[in-house]
Amino acid sequence: MRKKECVAMILAGGQGSRLGSLTQKIAKPAVPFGGKYRIIDFPLSNCHNSGIDTVGVLTQYRPLALHSYIGIGSSWDLDRRDGGVYVLPPYAQEGSAEWYKGTADAIYQNLNFIDMMNPNYVLVLSGDHIYNMDYSLMLEHHKKQKAEATISVIEVPWHEASRFGIMNTNTTGRITEFVEKPKDAKSNLASMGIYIFNWRLLRKSLEEDRKNALSSHDFGKDIIPKLLSDGHRLYAYYFKGYWKDVGTVESFWEANMDLLEDDPQLDLHNPNWRVYSVNATRPPHYVGVTGSLTRSLVGEGCSILGEVDHSVIFPGAHIGKGAVIKDSIIMPYATICENAQVYRGIIGRKSLVERGAVIGAKDQLEITVIEENIVIPSNAQVLDNSMISTQKQVG
Amino acid sequence: MQNVMGIINLNEGQDLLKELTKGRPLAALPFGGRYRLVDFMLSNMVNSGMQNVGILVHDKYRALMDHLRSGKDWDLARKRDGLFILPPNQNPCSPGGCRGNIENFYNNLDYIESSRQEYMLIAGGHIVCNLNYRKVFKFHQDTGADITVLYKEDDLEEDVSQYAILDCQPDGRIVDMGVISQKTTSRKVSMEMYIIKKSLLVEMIKDCHTRGGWDFVKDVLIKNVNQLKMFGFPYKGYIARIDSIKNYYRHNMELLKPEKWEELFFRSGLVYTKVKDEAPVKYKENARTFNTMVANGCIIEGRVENSILFRGVKVHKGAYIKDSIIMQKCEIAENAIIENVICDKNVCITKGKWLKGETNYPLVVEKGTII
Repeated sequence: MRKKECVAMILAGGQGSRLGSLTQKIAKPAVPFGGKYRIIDFPLSNCHNSGIDTVGVLTQYRPLALHSYIGIGSSWDLDRRDGGVYVLPPYAQEGSAEWYKGTADAIYQNLNFIDMMNPNYVLVLSGDHIYNMDYSLMLEHHKKQKAEATISVIEVPWHEASRFGIMNTNTTGRITEFVEKPKDAKSNLASMGIYIFNWRLLRKSLEEDRKNALSSHDFGKDIIPKLLSDGHRLYAYYFKGYWKDVGTVESFWEANMDLLEDDPQLDLHNPNWRVYSVNATRPPHYVGVTGSLTRSLVGEGCSILGEVDHSVIFPGAHIGKGAVIKDSIIMPYATICENAQVYRGIIGRKSLVERGAVIGAKDQLEITVIEENIVIPSNAQVLDNSMISTQKQVG
Repeated sequence: MQNVMGIINLNEGQDLLKELTKGRPLAALPFGGRYRLVDFMLSNMVNSGMQNVGILVHDKYRALMDHLRSGKDWDLARKRDGLFILPPNQNPCSPGGCRGNIENFYNNLDYIESSRQEYMLIAGGHIVCNLNYRKVFKFHQDTGADITVLYKEDDLEEDVSQYAILDCQPDGRIVDMGVISQKTTSRKVSMEMYIIKKSLLVEMIKDCHTRGGWDFVKDVLIKNVNQLKMFGFPYKGYIARIDSIKNYYRHNMELLKPEKWEELFFRSGLVYTKVKDEAPVKYKENARTFNTMVANGCIIEGRVENSILFRGVKVHKGAYIKDSIIMQKCEIAENAIIENVICDKNVCITKGKWLKGETNYPLVVEKGTII
């Protein structure tokens, strides 16, 4: 195998419990996003577009959908003779079988994978962020600064700073202080959870961390502070584009809605930075005589006979005559029957909203999530999951 | 149907569609918003369980190779069998032109003979339908036919003078066959799809070569109606014969009827094509769209009615598209109006232009033109 300069490791094991029923059956990175994609398409496409051809995807929670989705990686051009995509679930070893205990532990348990590739640098990524980023620029920056580790940072609104890992840097960009979720943040430079490490250093510190019984084996809480206090050269890399952690229902919904602006910050139509995905085998969508669409994104194979405004419609969805969809996300193969209404709703994959049912209400601000494979009976009214008891599963 | 190999024969009708087939074989002609004609036949074969498909190409086939590549999008990139492009011999059109559609067969006979399958399914590249061949193959075996010809009973006013017309007995046995010249009562029009035992085909092609006949229909089929057991299989579903600009336009427009859309794209299997990774369609604030098929990658700000938009089309503010077919990556600038127009790939209609064709004679704008 050819020696790789940089190997990417995508942490995709998270349960994403804050996404509620969206992740009841699938891992967070496999949740559909943006009218055709799944969340993990973003880091995978970034890798492809940045020229990184060796990627480990660390999975754990309900991985079937994710594993079958990634397959051999051909959708992202990652089916390579040397390198390519490797799905890395936790596995039993002699005398023990353990889950990934933290982000650092997940990488530690796959030391042998990285050793096999023997790279100079390891790029650690999350599987649940929406952004387009050229990692090769970050790597260049890392090399130029002669850094031992580089953390990608973004300016966040001050009032949100306490949700993130916040750092202070000196004028050269060298990190002087790193605090995970500080109460009183001294800066608004937040870590995006994207790290480049010199592999030798990372290997050593992961092994040390492993032996430390007090450690929570987390990059933000343990590895980075330790490297910093040991005086290693840690640098910040400033990222200017769109970046969103879609960890909650609200942020997931917002990130989808962000795409609907006339000139969205994250441009899916940019031919120079394509987001790759497993494409649905469906014909172009059909807009009927009674259909109307404004401020929306629509995938292939849909038939739109109703009125859709400011919404994201995934492949194969059907919107019946007289139906009204507003500020909503309709997942793949969901059916919205005649005269049904959906406001600020997230309708799960293959769910069926029967005639005249109303999801959400015109003036409410909460988001109503309907799980996958659910039938909402005709003329029912659902406000923010209030109807769960009367819903029946379909086969 | 693992025992059947497919041959898609592209030797006919190259220049029927004028501007649209100037630089590409008919099989590579875009159709239905995101497909090329050949996709339908390939998908039919693959969906029927066939896994060895050869495509007999003639000339100008770069566009087709570009589309097909390894055949992976049709699941035909295999260790054994899979997709084969069968190019013509070095001198494809000997002075005086190609001698007939058997010439290419003859030139690629070694490939055909050495393949594992016992039967062959031969089809042209210009008929669009969604059909599963399993039933036809069973019919072929049950009747013990030497050759099975698929036909469609056409009742329309459509001009089928270039197709063979069959005369069948009630059990399907073909008693007569001819290329239409005078009035006939039969409307059983050949779909130019045949099932035949490979050994028989090889024998007949060699025979043709020796005796100097080069036309599959006339020299193989019609000449042998009485010698061979030939049966006609009636196909009842949707088909579109793409053999003129008018038909091309009409059949595209037909897909705007939901029942046709449903039948062609879903009825007996999905249709595969080369994947382009285009983003979902973006409808902006002022978009007005109805009775329209729109493929991924489009950005729509203007008004689109009764039209088909291929992948990556941009329709700017104030633009108005009516009864038109707009192919890949075209751009319709602000306040441009087009009606009854077929825009080939990469056409740009600049600000405020007004283009109009006739319903029965659409205006064709050649690939890459800027108006």
